[in-house]
Formats: sequence, structure tokens, C-alpha cells
Amino acid sequence: MNNYPALVVVAPLLGALFAGITAWVEDRFTFPIVLTSLGIGVAAAISNMALVLTSGTIQYKMAGWMPPMGIEYRIDTLNAMVMLLVSVIAFLNLAASYWNVRQETPDRAGSFYVMYLLFVVGLLGVVATGDLFNLYVMIEITSLSSYTMVALGDKNRAPLAALNYIFIGVIGASLYLLGVGYIYIKTGSLNMADVATMVPHMKESSSLLVAFILCIIGVWIKMALFPLHVWLPNAYAYAPVGFARIVAPLMTKVMVYAMVRLMISVFGMDYVFNTLDLAEGVVWMGTIAILAGGFMALSQKNLKKMLTYIIVCEIGYMVGGAWLGNELGMTGAILHILNDALMTFALFLAVGNMVYKLDRVDIADLQGLFGKMPWTMAGFVLAAFSIVGVPPTCGFFSKWYLILGAFEAGAYHFAAALLISSLICAVLFFKVFEVCFFEPMSDGHGDGHHGHDNAVAMAEAPASSLVVLAIVSVSLIAAGVYSGTIVDTVILPFLR
Amino acid sequence: MNELLSLIVAKYNYWLYIILMMIGLYAMITKNNLIKKLVGMNIFQTAIILFYVSIGYKRDATIPIIQGDAGHGAGEAVIRAADYINPLPHVLMLTAIVVSVATFGVALTLCVKVYQRYQTLEEDELRMRLSEK
Repeated sequence: MNNYPALVVVAPLLGALFAGITAWVEDRFTFPIVLTSLGIGVAAAISNMALVLTSGTIQYKMAGWMPPMGIEYRIDTLNAMVMLLVSVIAFLNLAASYWNVRQETPDRAGSFYVMYLLFVVGLLGVVATGDLFNLYVMIEITSLSSYTMVALGDKNRAPLAALNYIFIGVIGASLYLLGVGYIYIKTGSLNMADVATMVPHMKESSSLLVAFILCIIGVWIKMALFPLHVWLPNAYAYAPVGFARIVAPLMTKVMVYAMVRLMISVFGMDYVFNTLDLAEGVVWMGTIAILAGGFMALSQKNLKKMLTYIIVCEIGYMVGGAWLGNELGMTGAILHILNDALMTFALFLAVGNMVYKLDRVDIADLQGLFGKMPWTMAGFVLAAFSIVGVPPTCGFFSKWYLILGAFEAGAYHFAAALLISSLICAVLFFKVFEVCFFEPMSDGHGDGHHGHDNAVAMAEAPASSLVVLAIVSVSLIAAGVYSGTIVDTVILPFLR
Repeated sequence: MNELLSLIVAKYNYWLYIILMMIGLYAMITKNNLIKKLVGMNIFQTAIILFYVSIGYKRDATIPIIQGDAGHGAGEAVIRAADYINPLPHVLMLTAIVVSVATFGVALTLCVKVYQRYQTLEEDELRMRLSEK
């Protein structure tokens, strides 16, 4: 039995322990330890992916206890992909955010890194686990570390934003826990695969219906689906940049993964779509989430806030797509987990670079940024194109699958919302580009206006951030070009 | 009427946890003071813990410790599952209690931070302070 599935999760956990000690004793070793442990995690995730692709699903039995009793990590192609995504983004972000962390939390860099690792452990655990209660524990590990990390941000607003996040996050996790309780009452098991074998025999059970609804609503709160999104914009906008960069792309996407896992591997597509009559309503919710997220983004004056509302909008894509009830929609939703994580990561990397140099990123204050930070803006433009859905970038392809799925399911309103949101995103980003590119630089400090165009000195972010941004930007195009391969080798084997 | 009554009496543990949960939720939604909200949150979580603990119960059952003879060989005796209450939900709740304590601790810390910054924990006053700026 190979130990890679456990290693992916355990490496950052051990890293967090050691980093906690070194942060206390000798601070300069903390960063290398954290980076190494995440590097080991990435290597293990890659080996996992290779193994799953060659030899199929891996079942890893924790401590050798047999599955229905013991906790099991079950790695199929979907898990392996999301695990790889999480560990790679965590690793890259850490490398990119070194200077941001030193700038924003100079005296608490050690605790920042420890919580960062625990956050990653939680995410990877959510992805890896095959046990319903373990999923709850992992969600709570993720959430607890993100509460503390959000509170490390902006001194004035962050504690309050984090507190609101706690209130709503606790309700979400508790509802999920309650749902698991009902599943346990009904089936006597907590193992996902074991529960999945029993669900077809109790389709009419109202307890099971309650369990399903509670679990799904709990996960929806955690992923900030539209009416339940209120905690997200403030929490993410006031969080320190080094953390916002990882929580924005990963947290909501991993929760979408959890929803897909619950739908496919626990309750089963047959139960969700044939026994229950919820799908159409949920697709409408997705539609509304897309439109509402888009319009709320339009009214924002701060770039970070605007991007957080785009996250709310993108969640609508994935929830709607997953509930269309056909293979194309589900493919689009899963592909969008990957693509949206990359796109959001690129956007927040660029915004983090801007924050590093400008401190505040109100859209009106971004004049002349193309001259000042050309590389950052290049990455930002590419990511923006991907969010809008311009063909060679990856955003186009998942949207394409989603629209095809919407037509197949006859959900024209959802297809229309997808197209409208592309337009909204185009308006949003061109509004930003217009300020950055065309409006002349005004220094604001009143030390003379000398020459509008050429006086802008280049003041780029640190090289490490730029290199990571370049890697992610290239991956946006690569994920687009190879999206057919990804669908064929990763997503379709999982769905069939 | 009788049916409803028997439904309530037969499943009183579920009714109780739902009532407790709603009390907690009510406090979280309507209370103005952040600490009161936190107390509501804790009641909410405790209700779920009670729900789990109650579902492990069986009538006329004892604690789930298997009595052996003088040695270690309990294996010979026939074990009837109905004689022992189900320990699994209780064990799960140990974890959930740890989680809720940790959440409560983090939330209290944040309350201290909010108080240090704004000298108040009343939500309406906080909102006023935030809109002033």
C-alpha cells in the first residue's frame, strides 16, 4: 500500500507543527520549513495523480482500519485533480507572498505561516476524505484557520468581518453536521461509499431527504451561494493579501467539490435528480446568483471588493452547472472548479502586487498602472480575459460546457445568465483597464505635475510574485488549450 | 390531537433539540450585543451535540463496556448489540465539542479585538462608527 494520499495531508500538518516551534525559537527557519513541507505535499499530490491515472481509484485505510469502521481516504481522478490544484496553488502562493507577509504582518509572520499551513491541511483533508464526519472536521479546521487569518488583516475592519464570518460559518457547518446525523440515523454508517450502497434502498425516506437538504445547505453557506454570501466580500476583502490570495481561489471551490462529492458519491445522481424534484429550482438559484453577483460587482469602487463579488458570481456558474442534471453540465462545473481557481488566483496575485505598492486599490486611484506595473497588469489582463471567457484562455472552455449543458437541459435562463455575466465581467474589467491605461497619472502628493505620460517610473512588485504570476498566467492558457485532455482523462472517467 | 401529542412525546428528544437550536438561532439573529450572539451560537452548537448524544441511546441498555471474565477473553461471551448504547455518536461529539470550544475561543478573541478598537460591542453602535468614517 502506498502512502501518498496520507502524505499530501500529513506533510503540511507536520510542517505546521515544526513551523510553530521555529517561529518561537528561531524565526528565520520558519519560511523554508513551510515551503519545504508544501513542496513535499505537491510532490506527493503529483505522484497521487500519476497513480490514479495509471491504476485507478486508490483506497487508503487510515491506520489499517477497514473502511466502514475506519476512516478511509478514497482518491479517484476528481480528488487527485483537486488535491493537486490545492497543493500547487498553496505552494506557489507561499512563494509569491513572502514579501507581502513581511509587509503586512511583520511581527506575526510565524503565526501567519502556521495558520496558513493548517488552512491548507483542512482543504486537502476535505478533498481527500471518504468519511462524512471526517469531512465535517476538516471543514471546521479550514474554517477556524481562515477565521483567524481574516482577523490578521486590516486593523479597523477585519476583526468585525471575521466575527460575522464566524457566525455564518458556524451555522453552515452545524447544518452540515446535523445532516450527517440524519444520514447516520438512517444508514448507521459514515463512510461515503458505504452510505452510497444503502441510499437506493431508502429513496422514499423523509429523514434522508432532510439529511440531504441540511448537508447541501450547510455546504452552500460555506461556498457563499448568493443569498447566503453575505459573509464573503468583507471577509476576503479585509483579509491580509497573502491569505486572500489563497482563500479566494480555493475555499469556495473546495466547497463546490464537497457538494459535487455529496451529490455523486454519497447520494448518487439517481437520487438527486430522479427521486427529488429540486434540480430546476437550484438551477434558478444559480442563475440568480450569477446575475446578482455580477450586478453587485458593478457597484463596487474597490478592486478587491469587486473581485470578491465576482467570486459570488462564479459560484453561481458551478452550482447551476452541477444541478443541470446532465453530463455536460457536470463536466462544465468540475472543469470550472479547476479553471476558476486558476483565474481567481491570477487575479488576486495581481491585486496583491498592486496592494504591495499602492496599499489601497480603489479603482479610481489606479491611474497609470500599466506604465507603473506592466508585468502585473499583463497577468491581470490575461486573467480578466479568462474570467470574461475569451477563447484561448481556460475560462472560455468551462463556460462552453456549461452553456451546452444548459441547452441540453432546456435551462435557457441559465445559458442567458452565463452570457450576460460575460458581458458584465467585460464591462467591469474594461472599466478598470480604462482607468489604468488611459487616465493620466496624478501623483496625489502635490509635488508637481511634470509630464503626464513618460514620467511614470516603473515600480514593480517583487520578482518572486511576478514569476508566480507568469507561471499562473501561462497555466491559464495551457489549461485552456489542454481542456479537452483534462476532460477526457480526469473528469469523464470520474463521471462514468 | 392525540396523534400529535403522541408524536411529540415519542420523539421528544428531536423536539427539544429543535427548540434549543431555534433559541440559539434567534439569539444570533436578533441580539444586538456580540457576546449575546456568541452565546446564541454556543446554544445552537450544543443543541446539535445533544441531538447526537440522544440518538445513541437505547432503552434498557447499559454503557458500552464489554464485561469480560477475570482474564482478557471477552470474546467467548455472546454480545448482543441491543444491550449496549451506541457509543459512536458520543465519540463523534467529543470532536464536535472540541471544534465548538475552539470556535468560541476564536470568536471571543475577536470580540476583544473589536472592543479594543471601538470601545463597544453593540452592533448598532459599531455600525454607526463604521459609517462615520
